[in-house]
Amino acid sequence: MHDVYLYIAVMAAVTYLIRVLPLTLIRREIRSVTVRSFLYYLPYVTLSVMTFPAILDATNSEWSGLAGLVIAVALAWKGFSLFSVSVAACVLVFAVELFVC
Amino acid sequence: MEQTRGFLDGMRDGIPIALGYFAVSFTLGIACRNIGMSAAQATVMSLTNLTSAGEFAALGIMAAGSSLWEMALSQLVINLRYMLMSCSLSQKMAPDTPLFHRLLVGYGVTDEIFGISVNVPGRLDPRYTYGAVCVAAPSWALGTCLGVVLGNVLPMRLVAALSVALYGMFIAIIVPPARRDRLLGLLILLSMAASWLFARLPIFESISGGMKVIILTVLISGAAAVLFPVHGEAAKAAKTAKDAEGAKSVKDGKDAAEAEDTHA
Repeated sequence: MHDVYLYIAVMAAVTYLIRVLPLTLIRREIRSVTVRSFLYYLPYVTLSVMTFPAILDATNSEWSGLAGLVIAVALAWKGFSLFSVSVAACVLVFAVELFVC
Repeated sequence: MEQTRGFLDGMRDGIPIALGYFAVSFTLGIACRNIGMSAAQATVMSLTNLTSAGEFAALGIMAAGSSLWEMALSQLVINLRYMLMSCSLSQKMAPDTPLFHRLLVGYGVTDEIFGISVNVPGRLDPRYTYGAVCVAAPSWALGTCLGVVLGNVLPMRLVAALSVALYGMFIAIIVPPARRDRLLGLLILLSMAASWLFARLPIFESISGGMKVIILTVLISGAAAVLFPVHGEAAKAAKTAKDAEGAKSVKDGKDAAEAEDTHA
């Protein structure tokens, strides 16, 4: 096994390069409508993909995760802030796991 | 007129991220302890990497004593989604943003900080991202450190509940625009359904989680871009135009205008 710090240096370098290259190399506005549209849709698609079904697996039971999902969608729909939506989901998950399953 | 979001706004929006990070990094710390890492090593790893899936995967590689190449390759595959996010952010920042801001913002490209940064109205002021990083990154490092030092002291129920903070945040980002734009709403539902299939069907079992995110993101965003190109100057430019106009810069009016402009 290599020195742990060597491993850490390698992973940090790779991860940082992945993150910083597009930001530094793409300096001007992209003109292509297709590319712009792709980048416009990208955050919504990628965050959706990462949220579901992962939220069901993050909690101790799928049902509490589902409850968290439903309350978050409802409050976000109503226009509550990021912080309120997030905390409400946590509190509900905790309560459901404590009292129901 | 709405101000651009600055450092303090970033800190405020960083709080739910910090909560979720603390919970996830605490379990990461426990995993670090299990493979025999010291608190210092684990904390340095978390501060320099700031990524959950990548760090969890790295533990397995270190424990197996695999080569550094293998480590590099695994991080590349698992974290490749950040490259897509970074592309997206490059268009969110003003084209004349100096290099040092780009280098610093790059450090903060995580799923969550990307999510809130790309969600600010108009252009991204790098200071907004810095505010979020200043709250979220220390929490990520501290959680990792405490996980190593303390081990299983936090009740798992609390950790599970806190880890939902991150998903709650994602939902708070994607749902409001879907309300104004039905196509976006459909796209979100479709993405979730596809993600569910990828996660649950045995034929996709061999594909890693990070790769699934990339495949689905490229396929679905790509198809949407081809089928429903966003004409005009789209969301961010619509915002700047409205700001310049000045007259109707009430938030709701602007949001509606953004949605209309999107699919002209």
